[in-house]
Amino acid sequence: MHGLAFDIAHLLAGGMVVVSFLLLYQVRLFALINVFALHSLVLVLAVGWQATIQEAHHLYVTAGIALIFKAILIPTALHRIVRRLGIHRTLEVVGGVGLNMLAGAALVALAILVMLPVTTTADVLAREDLAFALAVVLLGLWLMVIRHNAVSLVIGFMSLENGLVLAAAGARGMPLAVEISIAFSVLIALIVIGVFLFRIRERFDSVDMQAMDSFREGRRR
Amino acid sequence: MALITDYLVQGCQMLLVLLLAPLLTGWVRTIKAQLLRRRGPSPLQPYRDLLKLLRKEALLADSASWLFRVAPYLIFAALWVAAALVPTFASGLLFSWTADLIAIVALLGSARFFLALAGLDVGTSFGGIGSSREMMIASLAEPAMLMIVFTLSLLAGTTELSAIAQFMLTAEVGLRVSLALALLALIMVAIAENARIPVDNPATHLELTMVHEAMVLEYSGRHLALIELAASLKLLLYLSLLGCIFIPWGMATAGESWTAYLIGVAAYLGKLALGGFLLALFETSIAKMRVFRVDQFLGAALMLGLLGALLLFVSRSR
Amino acid sequence: MNALGFLAVTALLIVPASATVVLMLAPGYRFGARLNVSAALLSLLAAITLLGWRPEANLYLRVDDFNIYLIVLNNLVSFTTSVFSASYIAHELETGRLTPAYLRFYHAMYQALLFAMNLALLANNIGLLWVAIELATLITVLMVGLYRTRAALEAAWKYFILGSLGIALALFGTILVYLAAQPVVGEGLPAMAWDQLLAKADAFEPALLNLAFVFLLLGYGTKAGLVPLHAWLPDAHAEGPTPISAVLSGLLLNVALYAVLRFKMLMSANSHALAPGPLMVGLGLLSLLFAGLMLYRRGDIKRLFAYSSIEHMGIITFAFGMGGPLANFAGLLHMTMHSLTKSAIFFTVGHIAQAKGTQRISTIRGLTVTHPVLGWGLVAGVIAIAGMPPFGVFTSEFLVVSSTFARQPLLALPLALGLLLAFGTLLWRLHGMAFGKPDSGPVAPVQASILPMLTHLALVLIAGIWLPGPLVAWFKNVAALLG
Repeated sequence: MHGLAFDIAHLLAGGMVVVSFLLLYQVRLFALINVFALHSLVLVLAVGWQATIQEAHHLYVTAGIALIFKAILIPTALHRIVRRLGIHRTLEVVGGVGLNMLAGAALVALAILVMLPVTTTADVLAREDLAFALAVVLLGLWLMVIRHNAVSLVIGFMSLENGLVLAAAGARGMPLAVEISIAFSVLIALIVIGVFLFRIRERFDSVDMQAMDSFREGRRR
Repeated sequence: MALITDYLVQGCQMLLVLLLAPLLTGWVRTIKAQLLRRRGPSPLQPYRDLLKLLRKEALLADSASWLFRVAPYLIFAALWVAAALVPTFASGLLFSWTADLIAIVALLGSARFFLALAGLDVGTSFGGIGSSREMMIASLAEPAMLMIVFTLSLLAGTTELSAIAQFMLTAEVGLRVSLALALLALIMVAIAENARIPVDNPATHLELTMVHEAMVLEYSGRHLALIELAASLKLLLYLSLLGCIFIPWGMATAGESWTAYLIGVAAYLGKLALGGFLLALFETSIAKMRVFRVDQFLGAALMLGLLGALLLFVSRSR
Repeated sequence: MNALGFLAVTALLIVPASATVVLMLAPGYRFGARLNVSAALLSLLAAITLLGWRPEANLYLRVDDFNIYLIVLNNLVSFTTSVFSASYIAHELETGRLTPAYLRFYHAMYQALLFAMNLALLANNIGLLWVAIELATLITVLMVGLYRTRAALEAAWKYFILGSLGIALALFGTILVYLAAQPVVGEGLPAMAWDQLLAKADAFEPALLNLAFVFLLLGYGTKAGLVPLHAWLPDAHAEGPTPISAVLSGLLLNVALYAVLRFKMLMSANSHALAPGPLMVGLGLLSLLFAGLMLYRRGDIKRLFAYSSIEHMGIITFAFGMGGPLANFAGLLHMTMHSLTKSAIFFTVGHIAQAKGTQRISTIRGLTVTHPVLGWGLVAGVIAIAGMPPFGVFTSEFLVVSSTFARQPLLALPLALGLLLAFGTLLWRLHGMAFGKPDSGPVAPVQASILPMLTHLALVLIAGIWLPGPLVAWFKNVAALLG
């Protein structure tokens, strides 16, 4: 792998991990959405770069879809949803921000420890991409664990999916069917989410999952 | 003869940082004022202030002990040495083997320790608040700084600043996430350590928020002058640190011709001017954060440093 | 020969897909229900055709000994469920719980779900399998939230979040499998095709496969309702329309488990990879014991049987985790029996809930007196699912327990404990509902189509008494394949 191509791929993939960290750090809803848009943008660049160095032109499609849906449309839609529903603009975080970020660092360490020994035969680029992708996936999971607000759950999930796309792009020659389906599923997910958020707003006073959780079997009817 | 030249160059560097420090502070103030559409003082104003303070009588509180009087000298000495050790216009100078990142962190730490003690010594409430806040900031900034040191030394294989700077000039460094993270974390630490805007405001005496100013409130005359000078030196130190690690271009190596040294000085001045400008720009565009948010800010710096060290293991596996 | 097989495979996908489109557009729920039933019948016929005429595998689709039995089972149960659904849905419309517009949507989604499940079972490509299961998840999310009540939306939302998480983990595992295969099989589609993967699995990097399997087990295990990841299942079953509960329990859990089993085969084919057995045994036992304990305190009848589904998924996972011809055989049989019995129970429960106007167990009393057919149907179903002879579930559970006793006596203890726990609780609950003194609740008979329920129970009964020779041979064959 020649130096510069590798360096840029490394920088972009690592950048995604860093932006995932920034997602953990946010305490305001709009900032969270904006950082998610940034996350997707870095993903687009990373996938686009992979397309260039692998000469896999179908990856450009993936990058394009990610750009349009994840970096532009979804953040815009989420902004509108938040504004229209009048959701609380500040987020409640389980545990402190510092503690969460420490846990996040532990997760990144875990991802690296898990991924590097098992991929000794894969090529360097795929290997590194995979380690970063797993880190992004785990950080997305963690974001979903520590935030109870529905919008941030959705964002956590989508950042997790960004990690998956990164992994798919890093796997050399992975067929297109999967990538389109990922992008497509995001679209469907958006519809479902949008529908859900609106309905949830109709029926409940908040989209806070905690409020929904208090409603459980036994207290019913 | 060579030895004398070496001493000379090293001495030049020590004098250079001492002389440049107030200018840098003044430069930042001027830029800030102009960004706010004020005319602002001349960049030379800090020199006049210092001279004025030196001429004035130093007043001491009744409750002040010897520590209070000694502290300014200690702080000034520690910071001057630290600032003079960081490679500025040339790397590999005579004392460069002492210019170890950990040593610099230790010097900064002891300066801070004495400053906090002095703040407590007089027994006023402001001093106490300032000291306790300073310690809170330090307890997060120092680990973050150490993480950065860790990242850099893992990368370069040494903690010696000159060697790091020379390593950064080689092509094998490449673009690395870890470096970007270290840069970001170092900037955050620098902002906190120098009591700049989102963490502390050097230009106010508002009791709710002030940290650094609260500790030095009781000082006057030559003591205050020394502390102000030390603060300027600290700012210079951090900018030189950023410059020599992340933009080492133009720096001369010891033993080169005088023209190389001159180019080095010019490059150094350029870096400082740029750094000061960016700092002023940043400070005017952002609001001061609540004291309670400072730990999150520095926690983030710590995490970035940690992440940088972690990600290093990915790229090292190549 | 092959042309017919190819036609059948195409029909299995095209019929539900086009039915989805037509049902989306067609007004009138009566027409919708009829079309739904006939489309399901067509698919069933196509599935049966496949038994005799099997097409060659291509890069996308494939029919082999293992999936064909699930395809037939899948289409059979979805056909009977569509019959049940026709009468169930009519009642929902009368009571005003659903509007015609929602019904149109419901029928369309039913066929779409059928399409997704058929695709998942037929897929010869791990990517396609993933896409199909993702599609099935999204559709069931919409179905669970169909009633638009607060509880239904909560259930659907929870299901959506957990289901998507599972799906995401499974995708990561899929990518890892591809990476393991790529150096051996080469880039592109062949490195995702089952037959290619299985044939060359021994040369794959074992460490990568191990990691992949952990992700896949967690991911698809979420969809199969295995215990640490089961939280969506009871809610989704309790709050969705009952036909969907039947399909979820009877079919979708099987499909998810099928995916896990396929990957298990891959693991077994690689001699250096971690043995997948102990992991599955652990998860299975955990699910069984946990569900056995949770059964006791359930107040909602559909929730009760949802936990019972978790329990049975635990048993099946346990059986396949044990491995070996006998345990695999038992697992396959149990998969079939559970599908049939559990859907029959949900058919009954659906009508009972409609007749009584509640799903609360404490208000359902003396069913055998007020609604004899439904009451006795429930009795038969519960006896079957609890594992009493002469029903088929007994046979399969007996085989699981006895094979475990023969090989790992220590593991048999918790297994037997879990089974007894579930057995006792179910019968105790049943006693109150079926034989207690009828209270003043509504006693009006409900228009029920009891044929689907009777068919299923009869099949289970026959299987308990006499298993046809060809079927046994078939199961044995597949059991050997599973390793």
